[in-house]
Amino acid sequence: MRAVITVLGKDMVGILAGVSNICAETNVNIIEVTQSILQDMFAMIMLADISKSTTDFTVLSDRLSEFGNSNGLSVHTMHEDIFNSMHRI
Amino acid sequence: MLNTNDILETISMIQEEDLDIRTITMGISLLDCVDSDADKACGKVYDKICRYAQDLVKTGEDIEKEYGIPIINKRISVTPIALLAGACPTESPVKFAAALDSAAHCVGVNFIGGYSALVQKGFAPGDHALIDSIPEALSTTARVCSSVNVGSTKAGINMDAVAKMGRIIKECALLTANNSSFGAAKLVVFCNAPEDNPFMAGAFHGTGEGDCVINVGVSGPGVVRAALTKATTCNITEIADIVKRTAFKITRVGQLVAKEASRRLNVPFGIVDLSLAPTPAVGDSVAYILEEMGLEKCGAHGTTACLALLNDAVKKGGVMASSHIGGLSGAFIPVSEDAGMIEAARCGALSINKLEAMTAVCSVGLDMIVVPGDTSEEILAAIIADEAAIGMINSKTTAVRLIPAIGKKTGDELEFGGLFGSGPVMEVNPYSPAKFISRGGRIPAPIQSLKN
Repeated sequence: MRAVITVLGKDMVGILAGVSNICAETNVNIIEVTQSILQDMFAMIMLADISKSTTDFTVLSDRLSEFGNSNGLSVHTMHEDIFNSMHRI
Repeated sequence: MLNTNDILETISMIQEEDLDIRTITMGISLLDCVDSDADKACGKVYDKICRYAQDLVKTGEDIEKEYGIPIINKRISVTPIALLAGACPTESPVKFAAALDSAAHCVGVNFIGGYSALVQKGFAPGDHALIDSIPEALSTTARVCSSVNVGSTKAGINMDAVAKMGRIIKECALLTANNSSFGAAKLVVFCNAPEDNPFMAGAFHGTGEGDCVINVGVSGPGVVRAALTKATTCNITEIADIVKRTAFKITRVGQLVAKEASRRLNVPFGIVDLSLAPTPAVGDSVAYILEEMGLEKCGAHGTTACLALLNDAVKKGGVMASSHIGGLSGAFIPVSEDAGMIEAARCGALSINKLEAMTAVCSVGLDMIVVPGDTSEEILAAIIADEAAIGMINSKTTAVRLIPAIGKKTGDELEFGGLFGSGPVMEVNPYSPAKFISRGGRIPAPIQSLKN
């Protein structure tokens, strides 16, 4: 199962490191990362393989949102299928 | 990899434009719970609902978390209770309402629909008993919703039932007068009621349905409105295309959630209801979509045309996005649940007359409209008759959910709170239809050709 982790907010030092750290701790493998500035907004999108994750999806999602909240970022962790079904026929 | 813009679009739909799944509704057949002993039947009803729906709420919450899409309500619809009440003629059907209420409480759903009777052509003994008990049932339970089908294109309109429902709506409001007349908000009077509708208060599990089924209702007026906001210079053809494309995306999420819920609960997937269901949240409004198309206020001349376009484009976009579409599917126009409608009603742009015209082209009917508390039961019945006639002739579902605000008059406000919102008391035509209503009988089924 793959998840899309989206980080939105103001650019700062350590965003990638922070998110990757949590992924590493929970044995989540990051497959791809893209990063861009869109409408004055920093946007990082990660595709991660969570099939070997050591925690529940909800715990991972909560941990990442917590990291976001304490750094003024909004972090969403969502199953990739929601994007696939919405944007691909 | 997925396109960055697509991902950001989805996230902004959910975070800023109130995209959500409005409800996962589990339909449960209670036909095998029939018993001539009402207590035994209620026991079976309670046990079956608790057994089938025990994981419904948790599954909904898990999907919500995993896919990052809010799922606002988890609900249950059951076989029309009149069918069960008919087997125990000496007992009050309110017992069944109590059983439904405690089962809903036990599994953690906020509403359970199906305290219903289908009387489009006539009454069976269970129907009479059930309809008479609706005011007591809705005022003594918190979660039970009721609906009565009084007409259909195939059967015509049962005017005895129409007259009766005028009285029942009034009684529901009177018995819950100290609670914003909320009883009446849990009661829907239908013409051409769908058997697989997941939306409350009109949901019930039809007799043609399987033992258990998962139906999903989507939402998303905010998303459609946001898409139209960007389309300032588009002509109407382009507007229709934008609505279609947006409805497609919204419905795809509904299909995904429905499939996933069905798999996890091991219950067959029924339908996705691709309705635009507004909430009182600013922005999540069908009226604002109509205003975005170019009306100064919802209710202005042109509103019916805009709504017809919207309703049709939503269906066209949604149909391809799901394997099975059903329920009410279209644009809802509940007044008290829609910030734009409330505003339009307050400033006088929107009247009941205009709303009635709009119901000829929207998905349902006169919904969540607050009327003066002293509106007579004959006038309420006549409003139902008008609405049922529109549904009957146009082969569509229409419904009436009116709330007579006891102790209030035109221009006052009634506050429900939560998703039910608040509404200004709207003016009704005071001239009496009493003689027409007192005649009783049936309006014959309409001819299906010579369509002028």
